[in-house]
Amino acid sequence: MSRYDYQPFDYTTPPELSGKTAEFYPVAIIGAGPVGLSAAIDLALHGVRSVVLDDNDVVSVGSRAICWAKRTLEIFDRLGVGERMVEKGVTWKVGRLFHRDREVYSFDLQQQAGHKMPAFINLQQYHVEQYLVERCADFPDLIDLRWKNKVTGIEQDNSTVKLHVSTPDGDYDLEAGFAVACDGARSPVRSMLGLSFEGTHFDERFLIADVEMKADFPSERWFWFEPPFHSGQSALLHKQPDNIYRIDLQLGADADAQEESRPERVVARIKAMMGDRPFELDWVSVYSFQCARLERFVHGRIVFAGDAAHVVSPFGARGGNGGIQDIDNLCWKLARIIKFQVPTDLLETYNTERVEAADENLSNSARATSFMTPKSAMEKRFQEAALKLAGNVEFARALVNSGRLSLPCSYTGAHERCEPEQSWPECARPGAPAQDAPLGDDWLLSRTGTNFCLLFFGQPIPDSKELPDGVVVLEVEASDSVRQRYLGDEALAVYLLRPDQHIAGRWTQYSMADVTRAMSAAVTENRENFDGTH
Amino acid sequence: MAHTEQLVTALNMTEHDEFYAELLRAHDGMSDEESQAFNARLILVLANHIGNSEVLKQALLAAR
Repeated sequence: MSRYDYQPFDYTTPPELSGKTAEFYPVAIIGAGPVGLSAAIDLALHGVRSVVLDDNDVVSVGSRAICWAKRTLEIFDRLGVGERMVEKGVTWKVGRLFHRDREVYSFDLQQQAGHKMPAFINLQQYHVEQYLVERCADFPDLIDLRWKNKVTGIEQDNSTVKLHVSTPDGDYDLEAGFAVACDGARSPVRSMLGLSFEGTHFDERFLIADVEMKADFPSERWFWFEPPFHSGQSALLHKQPDNIYRIDLQLGADADAQEESRPERVVARIKAMMGDRPFELDWVSVYSFQCARLERFVHGRIVFAGDAAHVVSPFGARGGNGGIQDIDNLCWKLARIIKFQVPTDLLETYNTERVEAADENLSNSARATSFMTPKSAMEKRFQEAALKLAGNVEFARALVNSGRLSLPCSYTGAHERCEPEQSWPECARPGAPAQDAPLGDDWLLSRTGTNFCLLFFGQPIPDSKELPDGVVVLEVEASDSVRQRYLGDEALAVYLLRPDQHIAGRWTQYSMADVTRAMSAAVTENRENFDGTH
Repeated sequence: MAHTEQLVTALNMTEHDEFYAELLRAHDGMSDEESQAFNARLILVLANHIGNSEVLKQALLAAR
């Protein structure tokens, strides 16, 4: 039995079925998982109303996505739930890699201080969803969360999306300006539109088990190739809150999913790993996976995000993190279209940028999978070679691939390129997400607001009539982390951040003309440097 | 833009006959499987020494 106490959310008869006037919603969000709920909150922070339709009435069954990366935590923090998640979650930054019975190497993901958020936390998806649902309640006029409202039909014209919805009280139609499909890997909306979902399916089966046990293992990611306690290729151990440990065991391509899910069978495998330590099974799943994506994430006024748009292998934690980063990219654009009548072409930049990000995640996850599941004697030989060398020579550690952990995409269609002769830090190139840094007794990324934001380094903030309307302005004092992350060898800098905190331009001297040009480039799909497919 | 580095295809080894003999000797007493594993490790060690990804791509083609 699960340790988590699942409390169903209340279904209420929607206004359309209780004789009230049907409302028009600027945005309808399909699916109340981490991605859909984040979208509702992000839109609300931009003052945009949405309705969230979910076919179920509980949070995620099973811990599912557990690893949340720094960039995602920064987004959750912007949404107002980051601190709560970090407080509850298990913070970790060290990973250890074992081959058979010896440790080959360890890594530390966050060696630099000066970030509000840690490199990673582990937090069960049900907790993440619960916190997001509770945060939605802070916006009663902007978020209408409807449980047991299953979308069964969708159509659109050039101004409206019409949804057909089934509830315990019957069916109704709902009209929205846009629909965001966050309805997961098996996305019904994707099927309703008849969109193909192309990619590679991997035959390899994995056992995932959450066990509750008292143990004093450190908060680290432990990964084994050819573990002594398990006949399969690999094993992973990860600590979650509430004394729950995530165990992932590779079973091979021939494993029988039903047989392997039997509790006796699972318990025996875990005993082999944990010895005589008492434990209780909390959740078990046997899975295989695919790496696939939609060709396009934007279909007229219907936009796909998260697993509905792209699925990856779990190694690297790029599924859940990639989905939240989709929302970060999408919502400020939707808000601009809805509130300021910016042309809907702006959504094309969501398509371009998040397809690029998805491809990065897909290629990282496919490479990890192919290292972990050698398909031939030759592939096995190279895996062995890398593992054996990794214990003796440093370079080979980099070849060992147990998952390349989620990092945010730096969009290559950067809007304004910096002058090449300047020695700017690479991590702050246009397109990259802004790095956090201490700012007074607060943090840089906590202060950027919901609009474009200008950061002034080594120079005062200009007079307000010299600034574009509505931009947030911050003067940042040079500290070691600021120099390293923003200045390099320069003494002066001006950075322009988009509402999603990705860098839209950087200059040594402020000029209103430069900034205005970069702001308009950031909301225009005009990417001559980017050769992504359309 | 720096010019692309080229794979050296002219003779570049100082003691080529000696290297060839040592390469064979390194495999002495190994089973086929051990030899293949040794070769795989050797490829990775040499590839890291070369480093440059353009040169490595050309090497992958040259060896076909």
